[in-house]
Amino acid sequence: MARERGQLVFLEGLKSAVDVVFQAQKEPHPLQFLREANAGNLKPLFEFVREALKPVDSGEARWTYPVLLVDDLSVLLSLGMGAVAVLDFIHYCRATVCWELKGNMVVLVHDSGDAEDEENDILLNGLSHQSHLILRAEGLATGFCRDVHGQLRILWRRPSQPAVHRDQSFTYQYKIQDKSVSFFAKGMSPAVL
Amino acid sequence: MTPSEGARAGTGRELEMLDSLLALGGLVLLRDSVEWEGRSLLKALVKKSALCGEQVHILGCEVSEEEFREGFDSDINNRLVYHDFFRDPLNWSKTEEAFPGGPLGALRAMCKRTDPVPVTIALDSLSWLLLRLPCTTLCQVLHAVSHQDSCPGDSSSVGKVSVLGLLHEELHGPGPVGALSSLAQTEVTLGGTMGQASAHILCRRPRQRPTDQTQWFSILPDFSLDLQEGPSVESQPYSDPHIPPVDPTTHLTFNLHLSKKEREARDSLILPFQFSSEKQQALLRPRPGQATSHIFYEPDAYDDLDQEDPDDDLDI
Repeated sequence: MARERGQLVFLEGLKSAVDVVFQAQKEPHPLQFLREANAGNLKPLFEFVREALKPVDSGEARWTYPVLLVDDLSVLLSLGMGAVAVLDFIHYCRATVCWELKGNMVVLVHDSGDAEDEENDILLNGLSHQSHLILRAEGLATGFCRDVHGQLRILWRRPSQPAVHRDQSFTYQYKIQDKSVSFFAKGMSPAVL
Repeated sequence: MTPSEGARAGTGRELEMLDSLLALGGLVLLRDSVEWEGRSLLKALVKKSALCGEQVHILGCEVSEEEFREGFDSDINNRLVYHDFFRDPLNWSKTEEAFPGGPLGALRAMCKRTDPVPVTIALDSLSWLLLRLPCTTLCQVLHAVSHQDSCPGDSSSVGKVSVLGLLHEELHGPGPVGALSSLAQTEVTLGGTMGQASAHILCRRPRQRPTDQTQWFSILPDFSLDLQEGPSVESQPYSDPHIPPVDPTTHLTFNLHLSKKEREARDSLILPFQFSSEKQQALLRPRPGQATSHIFYEPDAYDDLDQEDPDDDLDI
């Protein structure tokens, strides 16, 4: 429905990648870096984002407070971009979406966990330092459970609330349903009570 | 009373910590992590420097100018000179609005000043610069900027310089962090436990041993510092001396103890394969009542019985 109203702009990375690789492009494509041997930066991708957020009608923007969802940044690392290049892309998106247009960004990154992936760690930590809110989804320490799919750790990084103790980290457990997620405190799932 | 004296005559302990961090000048390294962020402390130091009448320059790369200035009153904000490298640090908009040469150029320009006024330069953040510039270049520029006041040339005319660098520890390897650490006169590592933030402060005064201390603190919304005692340490539960220790062998179904007689018998027992002097004597002395042994052999039809000793020809 959002797409019908023109509220949603969707860049389908996989399909777009096929286009840029198998078809000649006249103008710079958002995923131009796939064609280049030494792609230094993600400037074309940022320009695509910027264009998409420009007001459609002349002058007034039809929609306010945009939200940019990125799913997911770890793929860009796998495609050969350096961690700093991806951080630069996010930096510019932040400057445009958050500062200029007063919107929000939600970015997904995978944690390499035990596998020591230096580039991914730099990306993950660099993003964490730029974020105001970090949501860490992980499996249960005890293993698979049918009624509790995992736990979510929430860390607030913005020291804005006055006189709030730094206990700004919460942990909830969750169960994913058809079109929503239900949350409960640790150990309080209805299945185990 | 000058403004700087007025600023110093506040709550003694609070000012001690910020004062001690700014007193040495040179490079002050603020090492933070994702869990314990350091920008608030950076802003507290910036506020302190501004209140002391110093010239304060901010190289803002990581957050917008609005976000950095948030929380400061207009008096402080008017004293801050903000160099904005957040909007377009890599010149992607091709408008050249930003300072030519980027943040490094701006930093180099600060090496050439000739003001007698003390200056504080806040780098937000040093990590941003370190990820995009060669470490050696950055260290050279930092050294030049932070040691201007100790140059042999015209040291009398240049005021004290403090460079506050915010470094996100997890982003860099031990090499670059070590290099920056060796350049720093003061190093503050942020951490904490149980919701309380702490700062481990290492000061390197010239011609003195480095001193370190840990200070628990919290930063108030107006970026002044509130020093704290630290979380109460849970005392280790150790055994009460009045209660004797419990003997675990008292209620067993089998016996682990030996009586005196049993112990003596055990100690006097000779093990069968141990070669003691008694055993040696017993083997050497022929036992009385035992005849010499005989071997009875029934030869086969095809046996070759040779009475000669095959070892006779050996010259032993």
